[in-house]
Amino acid sequence: MAAAVELEGITKRFPGVVANDRVSLRVEPGEIHAVCGENGAGKSTLMKVLYGMLKPDEGRILVGDDEVELHSPKDAIGLGIGMLHQNFMLADNLSVLENVILGAEPTADMRIDYARARARIGELSEAYGLDIAPDTLVESLGVGQRQRVEIIKVLYRGARILILDEPTAVLVPQEVEELFQNMRELKAAGETILFIDHKLDEVLEIADTITVLRSGRTVATVKPEDVTSRELAELMVGSELPTPETRGATVTDQVMLSVEGLAVSDEDRVIVDDVNLEIRCGEIVGVAGVEGNGQGALVEALLGIREPSAGTIRLDGTDITHWPVRRRREHGVGYIPEDRHRRGLLPPSPLWENTMLGHQTEEPFTRGIWINRRGARARTEAVIEDYDVRTPGPDVPGLALSGGNQQKLIVGREMSAAPRLLIAAHPTRGIDVGAQAAVWDQLRTARAAGLAVLLVSADLEELIGLSDRLVVILRGRLVAEVDPHRVTAEELGSHMTGAVPEPTDG
Amino acid sequence: MNEAPPAASRLRRLVEARGVVGRTALLNLAAGLVAIAFSLAVASVVFVISGNSPIAAYSDMFEFGSRLESWISTVNRATPLYLSGVAVAIGFKMNLFNIGVEGQYRLAALLAAVVGGALSLPIPLHIGLIFVVAMGTGAIWAGIAAFLKTTRGVHEVISTIMLNFIAGSFLVAFGLRVFGTVRQGNLRTDEIAESGRFPSLNPLIELFFREPTGAASMHSFALVAVAVGILYYLFVFRTRPGYDLRVTGVNSLAAQAGGVAPRRMIMQAMLLSGAVAGLVGLPELLNFSHEFSFDSTTELGFDGIAVALLGRNHPVGIAIGALVFGWLDRAGQILDLQGISPSIIEIVKGVIILSAVIAYEVVTRYREAQQTRAAAAATAGLELEAAAP
Repeated sequence: MAAAVELEGITKRFPGVVANDRVSLRVEPGEIHAVCGENGAGKSTLMKVLYGMLKPDEGRILVGDDEVELHSPKDAIGLGIGMLHQNFMLADNLSVLENVILGAEPTADMRIDYARARARIGELSEAYGLDIAPDTLVESLGVGQRQRVEIIKVLYRGARILILDEPTAVLVPQEVEELFQNMRELKAAGETILFIDHKLDEVLEIADTITVLRSGRTVATVKPEDVTSRELAELMVGSELPTPETRGATVTDQVMLSVEGLAVSDEDRVIVDDVNLEIRCGEIVGVAGVEGNGQGALVEALLGIREPSAGTIRLDGTDITHWPVRRRREHGVGYIPEDRHRRGLLPPSPLWENTMLGHQTEEPFTRGIWINRRGARARTEAVIEDYDVRTPGPDVPGLALSGGNQQKLIVGREMSAAPRLLIAAHPTRGIDVGAQAAVWDQLRTARAAGLAVLLVSADLEELIGLSDRLVVILRGRLVAEVDPHRVTAEELGSHMTGAVPEPTDG
Repeated sequence: MNEAPPAASRLRRLVEARGVVGRTALLNLAAGLVAIAFSLAVASVVFVISGNSPIAAYSDMFEFGSRLESWISTVNRATPLYLSGVAVAIGFKMNLFNIGVEGQYRLAALLAAVVGGALSLPIPLHIGLIFVVAMGTGAIWAGIAAFLKTTRGVHEVISTIMLNFIAGSFLVAFGLRVFGTVRQGNLRTDEIAESGRFPSLNPLIELFFREPTGAASMHSFALVAVAVGILYYLFVFRTRPGYDLRVTGVNSLAAQAGGVAPRRMIMQAMLLSGAVAGLVGLPELLNFSHEFSFDSTTELGFDGIAVALLGRNHPVGIAIGALVFGWLDRAGQILDLQGISPSIIEIVKGVIILSAVIAYEVVTRYREAQQTRAAAAATAGLELEAAAP
């Protein structure tokens, strides 16, 4: 019997990276097929290829028995392939009905035929058990219900094959259950579902077949009944973990950061839950976890951008839970942002203004309310020299620098301000190997000098190579603490993907 | 600490830095001139279509516009435009679009005229009080928009436009009805006494030019505009709060991570913008009319947006923009006498703005590309040095 969809030898290159390297995937009609893999394993690229958003450099796509060429999502929709994006694409001020038909309105005599649309939506809701009132305004719906509207939207356009891009990432556990119920009903009605997920407990519960990608390649296609979650985790993460280099511990007994019962909510969703954490001077604590499990919110709460909903944060014994960002930074909290363009850099401003950012109330950048241009330039010159930033001088705009040099400038900016606590989120993301090694060296040196570091990273080599202790975050909770010197890939992968039950006691 | 770089290399970098800044300013000036030339060319076509000789029209304008009293009129017209431009630029510097300068200055002028006309005080107190009332009113009126934005998320473009209508159509009419008296067939506020007026600068002009200034009177409020320009420069480019403001405009998320509180910044910027906007009506009030009425000049708030755009939010650029617009307004008056509609001047202004915005964007991209190449070259150069034994 022909597959519902078959991808053969798909290769997709971007400048400098191969996102998909001869990936093959076969999805049988009427099955729920999960695609798993770490961040950057190439899952999203593969789904975009299948949905016509990206054109593969090599390989074939078969839908049913026919080889097809997809130039745009329109072609994919025409072949009955629909995709649910991670971010909902709904107009809040329109009703469910209006959202569903938007762009595919049935017409009668130049008018929109609402009656026909309503009938069709009624049929779909009935057939697939997607219970939702068509006249409700979308803005009054919860996240799970919005997702259901998205599903109806795709079905309304005649999709027989649904691609769901990390559908559970935005849902609370109860909503996940409802989604799985919907998926089962869709499957019972003969629909084929392809979905991306990192959380192995979920995958094992719902999928009929699992394909694991790692570094752009297909590692394995397995049946859930044939694997244990630990085996699956190892497939995802790989069996080889880097060994941390031997080095003297510099950890002191002075606690610099102490977090107790920290929780962060976004509207009514809890994204960080009961986090307890201590970082001592001279210690690097790594936070491992699949992206989107609350790392970003945790970092923002520590920095003061987000108001926590519960818990306390202490810096060197002082309660800073309700301090504004500026006060925290003045008291020695350094920050290397996850996304330097969003949170770290002033692209059109000269480098010396970039070096001031976050330290603009301190010497040598200002004297009273006046900017000290000479002092700022001198400090920038020093950062350029010490951190090997390749630039003609401190007056060129930030945007003129290459990514690695921008990152070195940001690291230099934070380090040269002599912080007591450094919050480093993915400090080496997207920079070349040379710059990466330089940043790692700087972190080690600062650690030896007594800096406390919170290191959030998706790069296991970085986490294991640098951390003195490693905690694992899953669904906003710290679910495990492991010793980076002894942890195995299987163990780390299991914690990160929720393949082991959460411990009941702290 | 690392060693300071050798004096020679420091000097070289300094020279290069100054060179970079100088070149950018020159390029922007050139872009502005190109925009003006282009708009005059477009206006020529309009002249021809409407059956007039562009050469004759332009020579009339230049002849009339180069008289001393025309220059005085140009500066008088440019003074409120400049203040309005600075008010708008303060908002632009942090990506806030204060379209509400119009309403802010009209309401401010009304209240300043009412308070100024009701009292008689010693000179510095009287003028000081008028300033406080005008700037305070402008700030409060702009503050409403800031409050709506920070608490309810209302976009400032929408709120300031609506506040313009409330101020311009309702409050000004209402205020004149309450506080005004009918003189010369119109509702007017009481005249401000001598102690609250600004003097004419004509004696000074005559000292320099030894030429009669005719009927024109040079408004001394121009000096206030110069002072505001200097303060604007110092604040925005040389102080830490000004840095916070600019940084928020460039990248608000990075600014937030750098300790700038976004809501407080919006509030401060709008209050400051409104306070400067409150000054826009004062040159006319204190130097010329001494009263507020329905005859008082309107539309200065909108022209200020154009002037800020033309001047790229830079204090010197805004001054050039205000003078260009002021001169066009003055020189265009001659066209009326020649039977040509002066609204052609509005076409010239509009085309200047459109083409200037395009020309500036071209300059910006050119400079960015150039600087990126320079940085890449520096990197390559350093790598070559490192590779050499």
